[in-house]
Amino acid sequence: MATKPFVKIFFVITLFFLFISGSPALSAQPDQTFTFGLLLVGPMNDHGWSQAHFEAGKYVEEHLKSSKMLYIDKVNPADRPGITIPQLADDMIEKGARLIIANSDDMSDGIIEAATMHPDIYFIHVSGDGALTGKAPKNLSNVMGRMEYGKMMAGFAAAMTTKTGKIAYLGPLINDETRRLTVSCYLGARYAWEHVLKRKPSELQFEVSWIGFWFNIPGVTSDPTQVTGSFFNSGYDVVISGIDTSEASIVANQKRMAKKDVYAIPYDYKNACDGASAVCLGVPYYNWGPSYVDLISQTMKGNLKQQWLWLSPNWQDINNPDTSHVGFIKGPALSDIASKALDLFISDMGTGKIQLFKGPLNYQDGSVFLAPDEVANDKKIWYMEQLLSGMKGQSRVQ
Amino acid sequence: MKRRMESYGKMVQLLFMNPVFFIGISLLLVFIMTSMVLILTGAPPFSVYKQIFLGSLSTGSKFGHVIKAWIPLTLCAIGLLYTFRINLWNIGVEGQMIIGAVFCTFIIRLFPNSPYPIMILFLAFFSSMMGGALWALLAGFLKTKGGVNEIFAGLGLNFVAQGLILWLIFGPWKRPGVASMSGTEIIPKGLWLSLIERTAIPPAGLILTFLALFVTYLLLKYTKIGLGLKAIGLNPKASLLFGLKPSLYMLLAMVFGGGLAGFAGCIQVTGVYHRLIPSISSNYGYLALLVVMLSNYDIRLVPIVSFFFSCLNVGSIQLPMVLHIDSSLSGVIQGSLVLTFLALHALHRRLSTPKEIQPS
Repeated sequence: MATKPFVKIFFVITLFFLFISGSPALSAQPDQTFTFGLLLVGPMNDHGWSQAHFEAGKYVEEHLKSSKMLYIDKVNPADRPGITIPQLADDMIEKGARLIIANSDDMSDGIIEAATMHPDIYFIHVSGDGALTGKAPKNLSNVMGRMEYGKMMAGFAAAMTTKTGKIAYLGPLINDETRRLTVSCYLGARYAWEHVLKRKPSELQFEVSWIGFWFNIPGVTSDPTQVTGSFFNSGYDVVISGIDTSEASIVANQKRMAKKDVYAIPYDYKNACDGASAVCLGVPYYNWGPSYVDLISQTMKGNLKQQWLWLSPNWQDINNPDTSHVGFIKGPALSDIASKALDLFISDMGTGKIQLFKGPLNYQDGSVFLAPDEVANDKKIWYMEQLLSGMKGQSRVQ
Repeated sequence: MKRRMESYGKMVQLLFMNPVFFIGISLLLVFIMTSMVLILTGAPPFSVYKQIFLGSLSTGSKFGHVIKAWIPLTLCAIGLLYTFRINLWNIGVEGQMIIGAVFCTFIIRLFPNSPYPIMILFLAFFSSMMGGALWALLAGFLKTKGGVNEIFAGLGLNFVAQGLILWLIFGPWKRPGVASMSGTEIIPKGLWLSLIERTAIPPAGLILTFLALFVTYLLLKYTKIGLGLKAIGLNPKASLLFGLKPSLYMLLAMVFGGGLAGFAGCIQVTGVYHRLIPSISSNYGYLALLVVMLSNYDIRLVPIVSFFFSCLNVGSIQLPMVLHIDSSLSGVIQGSLVLTFLALHALHRRLSTPKEIQPS
C-alpha cells in the first residue's frame, strides 16, 4: 500500500505528458522531400567553421528545391553532456533523414558507429579519412577542401604585412590536418618573405601555440583570447587563426583600439572579417555549398558511391560561390602592395608555376620531408608528420 | 474571525498531509512555475513539453537512449542515498565517477586483446568501483581525520579528477599523433557492453542497476548498517551512546557512494562512449544530487525521478532540432522544477511538524 503514491506519481506524469503532447502521430510521416541532417560541432552562428557548414546547408535547400535540412549545433560532449553521435543520427533518421553530414574530425568514431548501425542511410564525414583508410563502412564518404592553398595565401598576406617579422599561429589541437595547415601557412609566409620581400628566411619567426581543441572550452582548453593577447604582447604583430572561432580578430581589434599596430587573419567563414576591418588582412574560407549539393544530388538519385574527396579552389575564380570549394577574401587592412602581390601569388599557384610543397624541405627534427625537387603527393601532405624546420612550436604532444 | 482562520489553517494542513493532494498540487505548481519561466525566456511551454516528451518516449530507440542515461544517473543517485543518510553531502560524486572511468579504462588498456572479454569487463567493473571508493575515501578521511568539510573536499577532488583525466587524454593515453579532447582510442569492440537489439540499452548495466537498487533498499531499511547510518545522520553525538562510531560509518557511506559512482563511470566507458573522454561523467554526478533531493531521499522515488531527468536530458535535444531553441533550456526546466519541489517539501515539513517544536 505504501507504494501507491509513487505509482500514482508515475502515472500522473505520464498522463500529463500524453495530454500536452496531444499528437497521435508519434513518428515522422513519409513525404516527397529529401531530408538531410547536419551535425555541427560548434554554434551555428560562430562566424567560423560551423556557420560555414550551416550556410552550406541553406545553400542546398535553395538549390535543391525538394531538400530539407535538419540540423543540430554544439554537438560536442562539453556543450551537450551525455549526448552521443549515434543517438543524434537515430533521431534524425526517425525524422526522415536519408543522409547525415557530420562536420567535425572529432565526430569520427561516432559517425562510423552510426553508419555501421544504419547501412541503408548515407553519411558524410567532413575532414575525415575513414573512406581512404578503409575504416569506414561503404555508406560513409569523406569530403574536405584543399585549405592548404587558402592557408598559403594567409601566410603570404601575413608576411607581406608584418613589421616585426614575427608571425603567430593560433592552433587548435595537434593532428595531421592541423599540422599540414600550419605548415602551409608557414610556406606561404616564407615564400613572400624570401621571394617578394627578398629578406633572409632566418629573419622570419613563425610560432604556433595549440589551445587543445577547435574552440575554447573553459577549464579544458587554453583560452584563445589569452594566447592571442600573449602573442601580441611578446612582439608578434600578425596572428593567423587556425581555430573555429573569432578570438584572434577580436583581440587584435582590442589591441588596435589601444593603438597597437597589429593584425589578424581569421579562418573558415567568408564573412569572418566583419566587425574587425581595421585589423583583418583577409580570411581563407571553405565554401561547402557546391560539394554538398553534388553529394546530396547523387544520394537523391541513389547513386552515391563511397568516396574520399579533397576539393581544390576554382583557380579561375577562387571566390565563386557556385564552383570554388576554397576561397580567400582579402581584408580591408591588407595594403595595396600586398594585395597586388597576393593576386600574382594566387595566379601562379593556379598555373602551377609556384609549387610550395616541393623539396628540399625538412621536418622540424631535421629529418627529410621532401628531397630536392621532390613534389609531395596527396598522402604525404594529408598525413603530415611534423611541423617544418624553421617553425617554432610543438609538432607532437610531448 | 480568529477561530474561522484557525479552522481554515487546519483544513489546509490536513489537505497537505494527504499524499495524493500533495502530489497533485505539487505537479500543478511545478507546471505553472516552469511554464512561467519558459514564457519569460520566450519559449512556447506546450511545444517545449511536447517535444521533450516525443523526443524521449515516442519510439523504442528514444526510450533506449533514455535508459542509457538512466543507468549511470540512477547508480550515482543510489550511491548518494548512503551519504545523505548519514548527513554527508558527497559533492565529490562527479570526481568519483571520473576516477571509476579512469580505472576501468586502465584495465581495458592492460588487456585489450584478451580472449576472455567477460572476465576483463568484470575486472574493469570491479576496479572502477574500487577507484571510485578510494577517491571517496580521500574526501571521507579529510572529513573524519582532518575536519575538512566534505563539500569542499569533494569539490577539490573533482577538480583534481578532471585534471587527471585531461592529463591522461592529452598525455600518456593520447591517440597516436593526436592531442585532442576527443578522447583516447576506441576500446576493442569485444569489450563494449552488448546492447538490446535496435536500442542503446545495455542489459548488463540495467540488471546491475536494479540489483544495486534492491540491495541498497534492503541494506538501508533492514540491516544494522542502515540503522547506524540513519542514527548517526540524525544525531551523531547521541549515536556514540549506543556504541556507534560516526567516523567509521561515514567512511563506509563514502565507500558505498564512491563505489557506485565509479561503476557508473565504467558504464559510460564500456556502454556509451567506448573510450575515455574528458567529460566522461556527463555531469550525471551533479544531476544525481538533484535527483536524490527531489526524491526526498526515498529510494522508491529515485528510479522514477531519475527516469524523468533522463527524459529531460534526451528529449531536450528536440528543442534545437525542431523548435530551434537552445537545449540548455532543459537546464532551466530542471532548475525551476527542483526549486519548486524543494519549496513545497519545506512547506510540507513545516505543516507536518507541531508548532511547539518548529524553529523560530
